Amino acid sequence: MSGFLIRRLMQAVLLLFIVSMIGFAILHLAPGGPLSQFAASGEMTQADLDRIAEQLGLNRPLPVQYLEWLWRMLRGDWGVSYRDQQPVLKIVTSHIGATMELMLTSTLLAMFLGAWIGILGAIKRYSLFDSLATIGAMIALSIPTFWFGLVIIYVFSVGLGWLPSGNRYTVGDGSFLNQLHHLIGPCIVLALVSTAVWSRYMRSSMLEVINQDYVRTARAKGLSERYILLRHALRNALLPMITITGLHVPTLLSGALVTETVFTWPGMGRLFLDSISYRDYPTIMGILMLTAVLVLLGSLIADLLYGLADPRIERSGQ
Amino acid sequence: MSAANLSDTQSLAPQLPPSRWNSAGMRRFRRHKLAVFGAAAIVTMVLACVFGPMLLPYSDTFIDIRQRFAPPFSGPHVLGTDPLGRDILARLLMAGRISLAVGFSAMLVSMAIGVCVGVIAGFYQGVVGAALMRFVDAMLCFPSIFLLLAISALIEPSVPSIVLLIAMTSWMEVARVVEAQIRSLRTRDFAVAAVSMGSSNARIMFRELLPNAVAPIVVAATLNVAHAILAESYISFLGYGIQPPTPSWGNMLENAQSYLTSAPWLAILPGAAITLAVTSFNFVGDGLRDALDPRMDLP
Repeated sequence: MSGFLIRRLMQAVLLLFIVSMIGFAILHLAPGGPLSQFAASGEMTQADLDRIAEQLGLNRPLPVQYLEWLWRMLRGDWGVSYRDQQPVLKIVTSHIGATMELMLTSTLLAMFLGAWIGILGAIKRYSLFDSLATIGAMIALSIPTFWFGLVIIYVFSVGLGWLPSGNRYTVGDGSFLNQLHHLIGPCIVLALVSTAVWSRYMRSSMLEVINQDYVRTARAKGLSERYILLRHALRNALLPMITITGLHVPTLLSGALVTETVFTWPGMGRLFLDSISYRDYPTIMGILMLTAVLVLLGSLIADLLYGLADPRIERSGQ
Repeated sequence: MSAANLSDTQSLAPQLPPSRWNSAGMRRFRRHKLAVFGAAAIVTMVLACVFGPMLLPYSDTFIDIRQRFAPPFSGPHVLGTDPLGRDILARLLMAGRISLAVGFSAMLVSMAIGVCVGVIAGFYQGVVGAALMRFVDAMLCFPSIFLLLAISALIEPSVPSIVLLIAMTSWMEVARVVEAQIRSLRTRDFAVAAVSMGSSNARIMFRELLPNAVAPIVVAATLNVAHAILAESYISFLGYGIQPPTPSWGNMLENAQSYLTSAPWLAILPGAAITLAVTSFNFVGDGLRDALDPRMDLP
């Protein structure tokens, strides 16, 4: 197991290097660059712009800039935002909490809903409920997240007035209940796709388990159907779900960016969008690296937990 | 693997009169009601977007400021008008041309990239294959919208550049599928035979191996169109995609949120069009997967 872990960690570090090179190349090959922001203000002469390029190190060859960025990054210095001179690490950490709150709550909601829909679908296979769940999941995967957000706002904020239409809390009222109230809308929107994915995998995983010998044995012993489903079948059907959740991180992050935009949620996704429009390279690179780390962590945890939960899985290269 | 069986049925084809409509795969596809529905919806949408604008009395760019914010089914404008008084039905159809065309073209480009990378990585393996596949892995570490937005800073937004942008961010899954197929096909007898007959590498890759990986590629291509339409709508909604006055389903929604209280149809209609198109392609892709490879029973 530890051999496997070390090999996976080394792979992840190698991937992070490639990721950083791709990200750096994409940003710095863009025409215009951060200087176009300063030039657009109209207050600067070419001599000013040249001096800024000199000061920010943007006039040096790309590989030199990359190595310098990498060296500082490795020592924990994420650089300084071009926009407001704040340290990137500080900006990003002040935004990640809101994103994590959204991602975790919506994942929990999706797990709960998805598991129930999947289990019911598997027990009543080919029933009306099962067909509707199948079609519903397919449609849920096809709905643009931002549009679903608009529909939720239209129905529950504009129409019924039940939910606030945005922000993380009402200014002047930061109580727990107030924050929870603001969380409901974005949480439902972000959970839609995850619920669809979970319910589909849960259904097929449950179907596989239900037909196993030990479930038949449990039935033959005269155990109640409910007990069999919850104690025997569900526990084993949940196994593959661990992997699905870990591998779902990139989709969740993308969804979070869009949801945050619609609900003016002060998270990392909106920070990224703002940074893109300002060409704030240090912040963009910081967020890109952070998302890559989260994605890699997700797949690593998926692999590890799956191995721990199911002793039958053997690792090559142990 | 049904992919390998495909070549057998093809060699039998001269003896059995080929009736593609009645082949086993076609029958499975038709039994898949949702896939048939999806295919019908796609055909209808394409026809409507191609011929519809010619039948309408309004142009999609005709601004009539006195008629602005007309609700649907209330006057001469069947689906109402937008903040500039432009006919929404005309705009939806013209936007459909753009969005569907972007979807198809982005799929073609991304399939071309993905198939080439996959075939080369699967055939050569070793250092070349490992390097290519690590590049694929690294690209997949970026959540797709973050990658789309980061690259959108590179380009001047126009229809061709948006197509390239979407293709550049969506070829990786295809490359993985094709690489796995080619890697397993490479050791088959027919591939070994081709090598011993002295065929060139390019011929083995694209004439011997690739035709046997067609089934998963077709499925991936269909789902890829769905993904591309969705991706276009996301970046256009966020303001980095197709730029007005060229309408696309995504940019029609760009300012809809500010009118959600007074003119909700501005948000509802284009989103419904996107959902219908993407759902249809997903249904067809799902049906094709069942039809082409019954053993691949994914949810």
